Amino acid sequence: MKNKQRTLLKNLPIYLVLSFVSILVIFPFFWMVTTALKEQTKIFMFPPQWWPDPFVWSNFSAVFESQPEFPLYFFNSAYIAVLVTAGTCIFAALAGYAFAKLHFALRHIVFLILLTGMMIPTEVTAIPMFIWFTKLHLTDTHFPLIVPPMLGAGGMFGVFLLRQFFITVPNELDEAAKIDGCSPWTTFWRIMLPLSGPTLATLAIFTFLHSWDNYFDPLIFISSNHLFTLPVGLKLFTDTAGTEWQLLMAASVMATVPLLIVFFFAQKKFIEGVALTGLK
Amino acid sequence: MSTLDVKHAQAEEIRVKARFGKSKKSRLHHKENWFAWLFISPMVLGYMLFLFVPIMGAFFMSFTDYSLLHDSSFVGLDNYKIAFSEDPLFWKSVGQTLYFSAGLIPLNLCLALGLALLLNRKIPGIGLFRTAIFTPVVTSIVVWAIAWKYIFATDYGLINELLKLLHIEGPAWLYNFQLAMPVVIIVSVLKNVGLNMVIFLAALQDVPKMYYEAAKIDGASKYKMFTNVTMPMISPSLFLAMILTLIGSLKVFSQIQVMTDGGPGTSTYVLVYYIYQQAFKIFDFGYASAIAFILFFLVLVLTIVQWNLRKRWVHHEE
Repeated sequence: MKNKQRTLLKNLPIYLVLSFVSILVIFPFFWMVTTALKEQTKIFMFPPQWWPDPFVWSNFSAVFESQPEFPLYFFNSAYIAVLVTAGTCIFAALAGYAFAKLHFALRHIVFLILLTGMMIPTEVTAIPMFIWFTKLHLTDTHFPLIVPPMLGAGGMFGVFLLRQFFITVPNELDEAAKIDGCSPWTTFWRIMLPLSGPTLATLAIFTFLHSWDNYFDPLIFISSNHLFTLPVGLKLFTDTAGTEWQLLMAASVMATVPLLIVFFFAQKKFIEGVALTGLK
Repeated sequence: MSTLDVKHAQAEEIRVKARFGKSKKSRLHHKENWFAWLFISPMVLGYMLFLFVPIMGAFFMSFTDYSLLHDSSFVGLDNYKIAFSEDPLFWKSVGQTLYFSAGLIPLNLCLALGLALLLNRKIPGIGLFRTAIFTPVVTSIVVWAIAWKYIFATDYGLINELLKLLHIEGPAWLYNFQLAMPVVIIVSVLKNVGLNMVIFLAALQDVPKMYYEAAKIDGASKYKMFTNVTMPMISPSLFLAMILTLIGSLKVFSQIQVMTDGGPGTSTYVLVYYIYQQAFKIFDFGYASAIAFILFFLVLVLTIVQWNLRKRWVHHEE
């Protein structure tokens, strides 16, 4: 017992520093959540009201009254993120597997060419894409938010990540499957894909976060309210004359929670993935 | 191909021959080739449609005065000439972008390394701190920027309220020409420090314990151990994190748009914000493309540097 106290005491400065930084980064959440639950008149009290009194749960429902399309923004963000994530994972895994395990003409050169795609910032390609999609009447649809992120720079990053992983899988597995008469597709789907769990989880988290966070693309491609995604929708709350902070914060809480849930469930795999794939 | 691989290939050939005869084998290879191209086709198509063609488009557009508002014509290097010699706002945006990077990178790396060193030990509750510091990484940047905008608000913002308790009149943080950028930098550091922290943590856990034991036997001080063992061992990760953070910081946009909207005045204009203004507000696509291409060039150079030094940071993974 004494020993335990001594280690705690010895580590006290470390705990103090860590607590300080943790509070600093957690504080905006705390402030966001408590503000979301405050009465409007008590948001800007002096001295600040640290704990809401009373708890105004109705702020959450008021979000939907003040912005009737908020659930729609939420739905848009969610379905776009899910599609982009699923598509990126599948297509990147397929290509990564082909580059790592299948022998075909030009495979090294094609891989190198695809890799150059990782260097192209989406901010640079945005202008021609905007003009192009305008001509094809695809602006103000969700197409530019789903397909280019899936098969563009993010997809190339996925191919790279998955290829790195599949190279580490022993060739014997592949050959055994081949001799048993599995087609490359069956080998991929039944054997290789299930093995790549942690790497796929890493890619999935990165892709989901990226899509959920994407602010630049919806800002330029979308102009109709009902097609907005959450980040753009949230900005609407601040633009309306005199921000209603309690509603904005309630909406922000609702925009943050799904991500924290996704991360909470995937974090173990994610950290394994970071350690495995040499992202370090 | 290693000798082991060659042996496996030979063994496979014999097995395949035994089973199907020779013609079957070449047919199998043919089939594999066909599957491989099928597997990579979505990404190859995506590369062409969403990366190669647009980047070429941006390149050509940067030599025109393309606009949605009037017919376009070829203007040669004019856009680049204007950017480099006639447009003070372009240089200002470059300067602000570099200011942002120069402020963000050392702060981010030092804080991330310090935290990783503190978190790289087995003491009770450490997982809780690791999670807490990583949480902002998983938070939407827009939500994060909004929350901090509120904390830094001039009237009734939390920080100014706290300063009031000390009888200090707080400044108008985000409306002050000198303070807006530093505030955005600090908010950005706190948002992303967790990602670099995880990278460093992974690197630290990879350093073989025996090096420390050997150093201990030699009577090395903690400081010596850090400079002579830890730093060299994790330097590849440090370098990687530095380049990644630098590339990311050149593309900063969301937090600027949400927190300051480029202001006050033009004091937080950064390159991507300027591209956004020129292209999607003024519709001067030609000029915006030229600026975008300068940004691309910067990122490209940095990526090539990173790629060439890649061997340095992957070698001890094996």
